[in-house]
Amino acid sequence: MQVMMKGNEAIGEAAVRAGCRYYFGYPITPQTELMEYLARRMPAVGGTFLQAESELAAVYMVFGAAGAGARVLTSSSGPGTSLKQEGVSFLASAELPCVIVNVMRGGPGLGTIQPSQGDYFQATRGGGHGDYRVLVMSPASVQEMVDLVFKSFAKAELYRTPVVLLTDGVMGQMMESVVLPEAQTDESAKPWITDGCKGRQRRVIKSLYLDPDQMEAHNLHLQAKYRQMGANEVMSEGYCVEDAELLIVAFGICARVARSAVDSLRETGIRAGLFRPVTLWPFPAESLQSAAVGAAHVLTVEMNAGQMVDDVRLALPGREIHFYGRMGGIVVSAREIEAEVRRIIKGEEK
Amino acid sequence: MTRFSYTPPNTLTPAISHYCPGCGHGVVHRLVAEVIDDLGLREKTVGVASVGCSVLIYDYLDLDMQEASHGRAPAVATGIKRVLPDRIVFTYQGDGDLASIGLTEIVHAAARGENITVVFINNANYGMTGGQMAPTTLPGQKTATSPGGRDLTRDGYPLRMAELLSALDGPAYIARVAVNNPAGVVRTKKSITKAFRCQQEGLGFSMVEVLSACPTCWGMEPLTALRWIKEQMIAYYPLGVFKEPSHVRAVAEYGEEPQSCRHEIKCG
Repeated sequence: MQVMMKGNEAIGEAAVRAGCRYYFGYPITPQTELMEYLARRMPAVGGTFLQAESELAAVYMVFGAAGAGARVLTSSSGPGTSLKQEGVSFLASAELPCVIVNVMRGGPGLGTIQPSQGDYFQATRGGGHGDYRVLVMSPASVQEMVDLVFKSFAKAELYRTPVVLLTDGVMGQMMESVVLPEAQTDESAKPWITDGCKGRQRRVIKSLYLDPDQMEAHNLHLQAKYRQMGANEVMSEGYCVEDAELLIVAFGICARVARSAVDSLRETGIRAGLFRPVTLWPFPAESLQSAAVGAAHVLTVEMNAGQMVDDVRLALPGREIHFYGRMGGIVVSAREIEAEVRRIIKGEEK
Repeated sequence: MTRFSYTPPNTLTPAISHYCPGCGHGVVHRLVAEVIDDLGLREKTVGVASVGCSVLIYDYLDLDMQEASHGRAPAVATGIKRVLPDRIVFTYQGDGDLASIGLTEIVHAAARGENITVVFINNANYGMTGGQMAPTTLPGQKTATSPGGRDLTRDGYPLRMAELLSALDGPAYIARVAVNNPAGVVRTKKSITKAFRCQQEGLGFSMVEVLSACPTCWGMEPLTALRWIKEQMIAYYPLGVFKEPSHVRAVAEYGEEPQSCRHEIKCG
């Protein structure tokens, strides 16, 4: 079914079609349309929509629901996502599957309701306390939002982990044509949930390990899982990378803008290319290395002070990595990127 | 010579608890286990442990359980109950957890009339972290973080949670009891039974606040601690039923003769 949908609403519809029947959240701009959509949609499909008293409560309602076997979603932005991080650490340790949407706004602090990519570090480094990772997926179109929602639930349950769908205020508010997949039902077997110990041994969902040996063993188990995710779940996309003399690395909305810049630059004879990580953790380092082999220059473009650029530098050791970023809720323009590319190619000082 | 013969409830595991001598947690754990046995709920109950001395309750109750973070047990219980409305869901929380860091979650779970049961242990201090001041610490009470006694001009007044939550429309049943003597233990069991029965009937939020001794952190002998509950705590936290729907009173008759009170006293 092809329809025009706003990004935030498309995420909600995709979640319902992916078999999610539980949503717990708290209003915050610019993700509110997602929860408003599900406030209408969940009851219509026999699901549960509950507006929590805070993002903290919401993430722990998700915890309880996931532990009871539900396919469950929550969403937030900026300060609300920060509040959720305590629960994300608990979800990761207790190995509970769920999908957490972060429609990024500018920060720090209360910041701005305008779009940003300033939560890259928070999402890709875990965000809360302790050693853990979450799978982080970043869409660059409304269609990809829908597709990644399906993928997020599948991977969350496969690895028993929270998955973060990291997007921003532009993507959330943007309307595009999308093809909605057929609805599926949640028929996943979950032989670890707590639903009353009828006819079996009791189960405990927890994250406390007072014995250091047990705590380390649990950590080693989690790390082994993260290595498996790192080996199997990397996604990225290249655009005009084969002959690129300058490779732009960008994710989400910045990649959309950079793609336009690549087209314009190519019209003027500059062989630009674009590498777009779709998973931000695990970061597609090997794919980036391949894409950057022939490029004389690498430029990372982000709507922050330079966060993903750290991962680009880790992936391409010894190479000079340029960075261009805007903050404060300002969306990078194609013209700015083109100017930056020309400056780099000419070897001009910034 | 007096001999006691006691059959522990099925819901209680054989594990030896980590609680200090004279602590009330062990008694209340047993009462919760007895009530679950009496009502035949062991295989359809999901418990939620909170942060505090009682976090390890899942080692002592033979039930499916989830462990919440500090204060969030009512939110976790909400998530479970919304997914599994036909199961019995309860939280077991201390006063630091419920009345301080988790005040928001307990108030809103109560206001929503969430159909869960809360067993709330009030021992007037933070036990697990070594006896710091809690929102329930009495005026003048000395703790590790109020070494000169709780100073009302600096620390403000204690929270009376049963009264506070009774002001809301959501709760169906709210009572305060104390496990400082045998009669109090029997009354506590009746209250916990009523609270679980409320949930079975789908009447909404129920909470039993239990005044309970913490002799180690209070720096008292166990018997002195029990006297302190009677003389100090009950004076500030009056016992009683604060909220009870009229048709639950009939249901409450169930608790008159608890089946698992099987203590036999033999004189020989």
